[in-house]
Amino acid sequence: MFGYPGGTVLDIYDALYRDGTIEHVITSHEQGAAHAADGWARVTGKTGVVIATSGPGATNLVTGIATAYMDSVPLVAITGNVGASLLGRDSFQEVDIFGITLPITKHNYIVKDASELAGVVREAFRIANSGRRGPVLIDILKNVQSAEAEYEPQKPVPVRRKSVPARALEGAAAALAKAERPVIMAGGGAIASEASKEVLALAEKLDAPVVSTLMGLGAFPASHPLFMGMVGMHGTATAARLCMESDCIVALGARFSDRVALNREKFAQGKTVIHIDIDEAEIDKNINATHAVLGDVKEALSTLIPMLKERKARPFAEEAKKLRAEERAKDNAPELGHRVLIEAAKHAPKDVIVVTDVGQHQMWTAQYFPIEKPRTLCTSGGLGTMGYGLGAAIGAAKATGKHVILVTGDGCFNMNLNELSTAVTEELPITILLMNNRALGMVRQWQKLFYGNRFSQTNVRKKTDYVKFAESFGATGLVVEKDEDIVPALTTAFATKTPVLIDCRISNDENVLPMIRPGATYDTIITKWEEK
Amino acid sequence: MNQYTISALVSNKSGVLTRVAALFARRGYNIESLSVCKTENDALSRMTIVLNGDDYILGQMMKQMDKLIDVKKIREVEHDAVCRELLLAKVRTDAATRSQILEISQIFRAKVVDVSPEATILELTGKSSKLDGFVTMLMPYGVMELARTGVTAISRGKNCIKDETDYKEKI
Repeated sequence: MFGYPGGTVLDIYDALYRDGTIEHVITSHEQGAAHAADGWARVTGKTGVVIATSGPGATNLVTGIATAYMDSVPLVAITGNVGASLLGRDSFQEVDIFGITLPITKHNYIVKDASELAGVVREAFRIANSGRRGPVLIDILKNVQSAEAEYEPQKPVPVRRKSVPARALEGAAAALAKAERPVIMAGGGAIASEASKEVLALAEKLDAPVVSTLMGLGAFPASHPLFMGMVGMHGTATAARLCMESDCIVALGARFSDRVALNREKFAQGKTVIHIDIDEAEIDKNINATHAVLGDVKEALSTLIPMLKERKARPFAEEAKKLRAEERAKDNAPELGHRVLIEAAKHAPKDVIVVTDVGQHQMWTAQYFPIEKPRTLCTSGGLGTMGYGLGAAIGAAKATGKHVILVTGDGCFNMNLNELSTAVTEELPITILLMNNRALGMVRQWQKLFYGNRFSQTNVRKKTDYVKFAESFGATGLVVEKDEDIVPALTTAFATKTPVLIDCRISNDENVLPMIRPGATYDTIITKWEEK
Repeated sequence: MNQYTISALVSNKSGVLTRVAALFARRGYNIESLSVCKTENDALSRMTIVLNGDDYILGQMMKQMDKLIDVKKIREVEHDAVCRELLLAKVRTDAATRSQILEISQIFRAKVVDVSPEATILELTGKSSKLDGFVTMLMPYGVMELARTGVTAISRGKNCIKDETDYKEKI
């Protein structure tokens, strides 16, 4: 677990001390702890745990909890609160964290009676990691922590997934038999349900091209010939074109967010939409489904695949492969940042885990760093939390012991760079690729596109020396200024088992392309930047 | 814009009303009325919600509510269901108007529950439209104060909300 002690969790911390079997990582700030628990959960599929004290400790968790909520990450957040005799009297470090986290948790509790505590904790873990996953908060009054109650040990009950009956999939199977140009769209749900084997089997049996949302990257191997890249605002041109030309979209645990179905009216016009999702409220929320299937993606596909006839050499798939190959050949990785990522993918240790912050570097990572396996990419997709990365990288490294690459920008890194001290203390093998453009690149790009080059507050004039900064925290600092620097810096970093920060000094005028404007249709994709 | 009535069985715990209200506020649902009461089962309360919107809003609201852990059962109430509301109205009364007010009350089968020299309190139960009609008739005399419970509803026949499938059981 990750956390930060304080007045109203003293009893819990005392129990941790006396017990000694639960490993606890103390961060610099509660937000970092929440992101670390989130990263831990994303790479393991298990429930992450974070603990904080009442008042500011609890409110510092809020961004982390909201991040986990938007990306359906199983998390249990435990907060202390003042004792019953002080509750509701605006006591020192008292805050209504139950009320604050209502809209950003799957469920939450305030425990006022010690006899309820064991049941609440068990239920919280079950809720967090079943159905559509999500964060659960347990607020425990100080007096409850020191009270005595009868305790009956119980073994954890494994969450059973419900199988999806064939009759629920008959419509989908019939539609797929008729479809000439099906496109499979893998979302975060495909990873959450551990369905990558089934997604692969479906794609190969149908001979259908696969696109992925940001959250779905890794559900389908990036190196597979049927993989067409990410779809949406900064997706590949091939993915956009295939979605437009497709007659049947098969969405697997995806929610057609405004970054994917940018134009809700036109996105699926005239197409058959097969939508498999475990959350009933996602069905018909943004895009109407022709065939909706409520259930776990893995379970649904296990039933569906045997119902389908095998297709080979589908002309649409051949055309898709050709398009993608052409797009790849045309892409000469024009920016230094792109080339850093391409080399990092080439030289990284096997089984490396990639974590990103939010912005241009995040999109470049999605475009240029092939994600082969599920649970090897942690990124804040839904909430878009700048400052998410370093905490999440700590959690991911702690959970797996594997090498972690954190791709971040100078804007994001400045938000939570305090956690570098945690990474150093824990001796974690984290390589930080700091895409330093001295700008808030993504916002600046929008100012360029929509606000007539008026760069309000996005040209950052910080004088930080990131190498010295890294060194002062006990990490290693390196610089990449030109292409020749890339490989030596990466080689050093990947051979180092402790944090290494590489200050990649990229231009402040790099852009993320392709781009589809918010609300626009896929045919208006911008692939080349034209200066006005 | 249509009006829909929804019944829900929810945990009888503190904080549940906040949860439901917070959900409505966040998702922007437009609620006409909400009433909460005890049920035959101590562990459960019943909520009756009247919603203004369209089929999309209705579907989304029911599915989002169904996901709340404390919402156990939820269903849309059929159009022919028994829907009732209770009204208390304090009407300005003097010797000249008293008999007219009592006459109107008789037509609507309202009860007189309190009488004083200057005011009368009337009680009426029925469909919302009947209550609206009653209030319209009282208006000219001066309605000093008005309290309505909001709609509460129950389906006809042997169908019970208890038999609905919960989202948590479906997956």
